[in-house]
Amino acid sequence: MTEVELPETPLLDELEKGPWPSFVKEIKKAAIESEKAMKAGKKIKLPGAAKGLLKVLELSYKDKRTHWKHGGIVSVVGYGGGVIGRYCDLEDKVPEVWHFHTIRVNMPAGWFYTTKALRAICDAWEKWGSGLTNMHGSTGDIILLGTRTEHLQPMANALAYLDKFYGSPAPFDIGGSGSALRTPSACMGPALCEFACYDTLDLCYDLTMTYQNELHRPMWPYKFKIKCSGCPNDCVAAKARADFAIIGTWKDEIQIDQEAVKEYAKIIDIEKQVVEKCPTKAISWDGKELKIDNKNCIRCMHCINVMPKALKPGKERGATILVGGKAPFVDGAIIGWVAIPFIEVKKPYNEIKEILEAIWEWWDEEGKFRERFGELIWRKGMEEFLKVIGRKADVRMVYAPRNNPFIFWRELNP
Amino acid sequence: MAEEKEWEETVEPKTDFGPPHYSIMLHPVIKNNYGKWKYHEVVRPGVIKRVAESGDVIYVVRFGSPRLLSIYTVRDLCDIADKYSDGYLRFTSRHNVEFFLTDPDKIEDLIKEVQEKVGFPCGGTWDATKGEYGLTNIVHTQGWVHCHTPATDASGIVKAVMDELYEYFTDHKLPALCRISLACCANMCGAVHASDISMVGVHRKVPKIDDDAVRRTCEIPSTVAACPTGALKPDMKRKTVILDKDKCMYCGNCYTMCPGMPIFDPENDGVAILVGGKLSDARYPPQLSKVVVPWLPNNPPRWPEVVQTVKKILETWAAHAEKYERVAEWIHRIGWERFFELTGLEFTEKLIEDYHRTPYLYTTFRTSAAFRW
Repeated sequence: MTEVELPETPLLDELEKGPWPSFVKEIKKAAIESEKAMKAGKKIKLPGAAKGLLKVLELSYKDKRTHWKHGGIVSVVGYGGGVIGRYCDLEDKVPEVWHFHTIRVNMPAGWFYTTKALRAICDAWEKWGSGLTNMHGSTGDIILLGTRTEHLQPMANALAYLDKFYGSPAPFDIGGSGSALRTPSACMGPALCEFACYDTLDLCYDLTMTYQNELHRPMWPYKFKIKCSGCPNDCVAAKARADFAIIGTWKDEIQIDQEAVKEYAKIIDIEKQVVEKCPTKAISWDGKELKIDNKNCIRCMHCINVMPKALKPGKERGATILVGGKAPFVDGAIIGWVAIPFIEVKKPYNEIKEILEAIWEWWDEEGKFRERFGELIWRKGMEEFLKVIGRKADVRMVYAPRNNPFIFWRELNP
Repeated sequence: MAEEKEWEETVEPKTDFGPPHYSIMLHPVIKNNYGKWKYHEVVRPGVIKRVAESGDVIYVVRFGSPRLLSIYTVRDLCDIADKYSDGYLRFTSRHNVEFFLTDPDKIEDLIKEVQEKVGFPCGGTWDATKGEYGLTNIVHTQGWVHCHTPATDASGIVKAVMDELYEYFTDHKLPALCRISLACCANMCGAVHASDISMVGVHRKVPKIDDDAVRRTCEIPSTVAACPTGALKPDMKRKTVILDKDKCMYCGNCYTMCPGMPIFDPENDGVAILVGGKLSDARYPPQLSKVVVPWLPNNPPRWPEVVQTVKKILETWAAHAEKYERVAEWIHRIGWERFFELTGLEFTEKLIEDYHRTPYLYTTFRTSAAFRW
């Protein structure tokens, strides 16, 4: 078999050294293996794409700048989002990546896969794309990295019939991009975690299916992200990365297994590692019995994290909803804040859906171009927002009351 | 001769069917014990034992990944999953990959085979019971691999940092959680704005306005409105925009809006280092990250200045922090004066906030799910 020739990449080659798995090796592997597969008779539309990416990236390392241009708008039939157009500014030098569009593919909730599903995606992407992926993009989607405009629709079709023709247990749909509902994501929740306060995977799947239209066809002022975390450990970073963070919680007492606590007392220093670290000093340990003042507990999870065999979230479970989380542009980065202290999370999730739909209607009516939902609340005020979602103000929404008397008395000044 | 069409080119498109249902992707032991877990126990770095109420036990074994994967590596992972975890695997929210084993005697074989076949190290876990923590994967973005607005690369720096801090990934050597994240520009895709240590690509020169490109391709009012400091004004006469250079702090948001405002500058673009962000509610409320180094140069392929600064911060914190004390909590205890002293970083006027656009009211909102009933 003839050797596959790779472009010279002295700078990138440096990043094949060292113990951490190398992304350069991944790109080279795609370049070599796709060419080999093509020579072996496999149908491969873009055998030079990974090689082209190596060339462009080596130039970026030399020039210390990107070589990607502002993308044109590309899509698949029937959708307005999910595909990010990308063009190289070196089309003469590296024509094989002149188009290098990304397709976002909606992952299964919690990123659980069978090998049949993954192999099917690989086979389709080997045929229609660069053979490069991100597992996963930050929002959660599978990122198919690099294809040409004319291959977008065939690849979307391959994904839509992945079960029929590629052996996947189910087809895969495109995820979100643009001014739309983005792909919701969830922590592993009850599939693996004993802390989960609601079924994150099911809620994530249900919202994704309920709002397919909002996800595929951008219709809003800007993007809107939903993330589902099963407990306040927030293992999908929902409160920083989602406009609508659904964070599992409970209302009653932490469940204590005193015998298991005693077992922990043999191997850890409960006083030092648990009691002293409790943010509200709600927990105490006298060497015999662990007590929790649940009125004072703020459900931070620390004691449960340290003693998972002995402590469990309470039984009256639901979620706290934090709104507004986002990155800096334009009004500054936001960690979401409390909008709904407690909401039930029970199929078919009507209460959550009513709130989402009320928010979207208001934001679509009032939001400016590229104004995130959190910024709209800052502009309009919490009072108006709470009216929209039909909820009352609650002291749990703030760290502190206002420090000035400049209050709107709209009811007196109609 | 007309080329024969593939079936994918002639088939009727299908829409709005969504992702596969999660339940068909679950290992039978996970499916059978769904929502009925008793506890977990960290066996060793990279290996978590999960025990169900039914008595079933499953070992979840975690490996670091470069996130950018070729399909050929994904296939290798599938071969390994077929052999060791009955054809099931998952990825984590920080891009690690996990396998599910029912037989603990096969764990070491799996670890060896993953290392040999794809070079992924076992680790990225932590043990809250013992209070011993590993460093997990660095959440990062596209950088020069695929984005048009980056001020730095993503994959390259992550590789350089993880090579240097490798021992922390494969072992539980840290006193508390420490999340390192990277965003290649101020759009901060990912949770870089709330990480223990973050690297953010920044520009330091004003955009060069290409009037022709602005006229051809930009919607001027929305480009002007995208500027957080009001440095842009429409120039009605010349049908373009004017920039007040004194008001511009090079955020690059106008270039996101308008191809006629390119801002990158290879010698002046670089990386800012932030610390003390936090997301979970455990012990101490969530925090936004704070800038402690305003700029370090882009120095590919190894970014030594960035790597050494991150290492210095991480190791200074690790040497001084108490068990469970994350970077934000440590700084809360010792104060910023001592933080700059111990890390040897310089405090300058560049670190004093002047982004006056963010409303003060935000600081009064409860950015946490921790409150009393």
